[in-house]
Amino acid sequence: MEILRQRDTGPTTRELELYFGPQHLGMVGNFSITLNVKGDRIVSAEANPGYLHRGFEKLMEERNWIQNFPLVCRVNVIEPGSMEMVYSMAVEDLAGIEVPERGEYIRCIYLELSRVASHLFGLWAYSKMLGFETVGGWAMYHRDLILDLFEELTGGRVYNIYIWPGGVRRDLPEGFIGRVKRTLHEIGGKVPDYNKTFFENRVFHERARGIGVVGKDEAKEMGGTGQVLRAAGQEYDIRKVDPYGVYDEVDWEVHTREEGDAYSRIMVIRDEMIESVHMVFKLLKDIPDGPAYNKVPNPFKWRIPEGETYVRLESSRGELGLYLLSDGGQRPYRAHFRTPSYPHGLTVLEKALDGESISDTGNIMISLYVTAPEIDR
Amino acid sequence: MSEQKSSVLSSLEAVKYLFRKPKTIKYPFELKEPALRYRGFHLNDWDACTGCGNCEDICPNDAIEMVEVPDLEDRPAEGMTNRRPQINYGRCCFCGLCVDICPAGSLSLSRDYLHIHFNTDTFTFVPKDEKSAENKFLPEEEYSVLKANLNHRRQDYEGFSQDLDFSLFEPERVRMPQVPPEERKLSFIEQVVGYTKEEASREAARCMECGLCEDACPAGLNIVDYVGAIYEDDPDESLREIFEDNPLPAICGRICMKHCEEACSLGKQGEPVAIRWLKRWTADVIEDYKSSLELSPAEDKEKRVGIIGAGPSGLSLAYFLRLKGYGVTVFDSLPGPGGAVRIGPPKYRLPLEAVEKDAGYIASLGVKFRYLTRVGKDVSFTELRDNYDAVYMAVGNFDPLSTGIENADRAHLALDFLKRNKIGEGIDVGREIIVIGGGNVAMDAAREALRLQHIQYSDKDVMTKTVSLEDWDEMPATDEEVEEAKEEGIQFNPAWGPKKIELDEEGNVRGLLCTKVKSVFDEDGRFNPSFHEDREKLLEGDMVIEAIGQKPDFSFIPEETFQKLSFTERRKVKVDEDGMTTLPGVFAGGDIVNSNLDAVTAIADAKVASEGIDRYLFPSS
Repeated sequence: MEILRQRDTGPTTRELELYFGPQHLGMVGNFSITLNVKGDRIVSAEANPGYLHRGFEKLMEERNWIQNFPLVCRVNVIEPGSMEMVYSMAVEDLAGIEVPERGEYIRCIYLELSRVASHLFGLWAYSKMLGFETVGGWAMYHRDLILDLFEELTGGRVYNIYIWPGGVRRDLPEGFIGRVKRTLHEIGGKVPDYNKTFFENRVFHERARGIGVVGKDEAKEMGGTGQVLRAAGQEYDIRKVDPYGVYDEVDWEVHTREEGDAYSRIMVIRDEMIESVHMVFKLLKDIPDGPAYNKVPNPFKWRIPEGETYVRLESSRGELGLYLLSDGGQRPYRAHFRTPSYPHGLTVLEKALDGESISDTGNIMISLYVTAPEIDR
Repeated sequence: MSEQKSSVLSSLEAVKYLFRKPKTIKYPFELKEPALRYRGFHLNDWDACTGCGNCEDICPNDAIEMVEVPDLEDRPAEGMTNRRPQINYGRCCFCGLCVDICPAGSLSLSRDYLHIHFNTDTFTFVPKDEKSAENKFLPEEEYSVLKANLNHRRQDYEGFSQDLDFSLFEPERVRMPQVPPEERKLSFIEQVVGYTKEEASREAARCMECGLCEDACPAGLNIVDYVGAIYEDDPDESLREIFEDNPLPAICGRICMKHCEEACSLGKQGEPVAIRWLKRWTADVIEDYKSSLELSPAEDKEKRVGIIGAGPSGLSLAYFLRLKGYGVTVFDSLPGPGGAVRIGPPKYRLPLEAVEKDAGYIASLGVKFRYLTRVGKDVSFTELRDNYDAVYMAVGNFDPLSTGIENADRAHLALDFLKRNKIGEGIDVGREIIVIGGGNVAMDAAREALRLQHIQYSDKDVMTKTVSLEDWDEMPATDEEVEEAKEEGIQFNPAWGPKKIELDEEGNVRGLLCTKVKSVFDEDGRFNPSFHEDREKLLEGDMVIEAIGQKPDFSFIPEETFQKLSFTERRKVKVDEDGMTTLPGVFAGGDIVNSNLDAVTAIADAKVASEGIDRYLFPSS
């Protein structure tokens, strides 16, 4: 941490402006925060995005409807699946393409696995930040097991490039369902260890309880969604509010907490992971036979009728939306992502840091689940 | 919830893992196998790759560039170019869209992903597969991960490959509605119904715009553009694109030999785009070509060209030259336009209205037609050469060949038979007809004869059979024709040679005696049939039609002039690159010049001659 400027604020304490990130322990991603501190208390914070701006939304205007599909997953490195899904949903909505039921099931299985992988990645970042190297290692290993499944299903480990307009890119490989179950059993078998070592650990409780509190009303006002809202007691999940895929065909519940602090947010993530694993088992049981993909028109000639749409889904971070506008041409006229990290990383984070200790900055930021690539697109 | 029992000591639970085997892989000494669908470096089957360039077009990162490989042969008729994709791995994102769009199915991705090299230029790479670059793909014992690069790869390591159900192209064409065989064989109703607007648009949407078809088309039509215009719902534009190179869309849209569809990249794994039917759709949907095309002849050049033959070649040349401003007169012995396409293709395939429509437009540009005028009889060839600045011979092959077997004089000749039915006085057919020949004219004659039988003997059993020297796999007729003839109930006798037409005591035809064919071609590949003399069979029938070919008739050319006309080894009229024969000012085209013997090649010849005549008459410009 570098002291940028000193200001004399009185005889006992001075107010300092500190730069936190982009290279700093506890800062994940290309992002930084300017903190005004007095002693070790944060007086005010200002988020500095812009380190990772890649101009994706503009690039999308230059590529045709199919060429965009390998691009959108790169908007959020951690969770490419949701990005592919939201793009496909928007295109399907504009072009009036139906997705076969099996395709929807495979999508949801893939998305839930992707949610678990993303949460495990978050758990890695959070536990490592608190000094729990072992738990971080486990989480990374378990995420890797899911990436192995993705590699088998899609051919890629991170950029799966799998959900595309019309369905999914390939059907499930032979024996895949068994291997998914085996992997999930292996991860599920570790939950007691995770609990004992981390979630029930007093160090975690002491560090996370009452930290970075964001109330329900505050969160709503600032555009908070996902864990930020659910940890503050609001039962809000797009999969329930505005169901897509086959989420309304399986039985599952939304997990909430009341406190709105870092602890609640992490516990919501934990509960959601367990819920997702259960959901995958249910989806695998009900998956119908049939085609998994409805062919889209020839990509070199495909025009989508004039129109606009806004579609949204529940990514592992909150409400992910895409506004897509077609002028009747072969490429989008305008695309705009509504990413959950945008409000979480800019307004909610600034608010949550208010009055907290400098040492909790990373703690709060990761508990809000902010990923920089979503903010800068 | 257990979270209440928070304790600092609870994390000691993890200590037990100290005594377990670590999960971490000791890379690179211990390797992890990539998944079977892994998207790694490209593989390209050079034998299957057409060089169509769809991969280059779909690549979102411009990582693919088509490069010419000089060692490879360019074979436009088969839709094969000598271009192959070159991948820049500095740009490639391994999305695999190139695999999903490859119509030939030649591209796939391997499970290799390691490239160790000090030189970044090696990132640019023209991929091959194991078949074409065997020494670069090594068995496991010779492979070392420490040397892994694009030229040191694993054997049998194919990863992400194409699945037609998930491809980005549509391998199946839009079904063309056709009148079912049971119904169509009863009359001369046009068999192919034609696409509706929606069907045409859907079929046009399949085109990947690679342009292999344009290289294969003898007349070089702008196929991508006219098919594209159909997709864009702009038939006028489509017609304009067609008329750039072909003024006979209604004719060619029905009977073209569609060399383009042979080359279509979609035909490699599926069905080619129905280019011919799409051209027909444009020609049919536009009632009046004139108002769509808005073409008018250029300023009068005060030169006159005489054309002998109003077939596809003659009509096309008349159109091309008239637009350039020449005065054009077309002579034909028939009462109307079309030549071979007027009398040859039966009405169920090419109705006369289609011929009249195309020719009518050409006439409307100011071309003069003199029908029922036979050059050599009604007007002499010499006179023509004297009166016109240039003469174009497009007389076609109209002299039918006969088998010359015993009693061959009792057989009908296919061309006369077709002609009499289509534009003549008609003909009475027998109840059991034998057609000799295995080509398209034989199919036309047989299928036409069958229809006449059904009309003339509506309540009786009738039968038409064909007999050909060639066996099924050698038969010169198109598969489509053979299939349709079979559907209509025509009986085939392949690999039988006609020996004698048998007559009964009253002198009526009672059948055809045939001998089993041993082989049609000799060891040198020349036509030289041999027979199993001991294996004979009698095909019963009361009418025989010979359809074994035609040759040109040059009797209209005076003997001394004819001496100066040179021929090629294949007995075709020899022309130079301008389409001019060895007689100065006399040009030629169509079936007497080319070996394709089809309308579109005749049009191509006319296009060459139109430029040639222009250069001949105005050498300076």
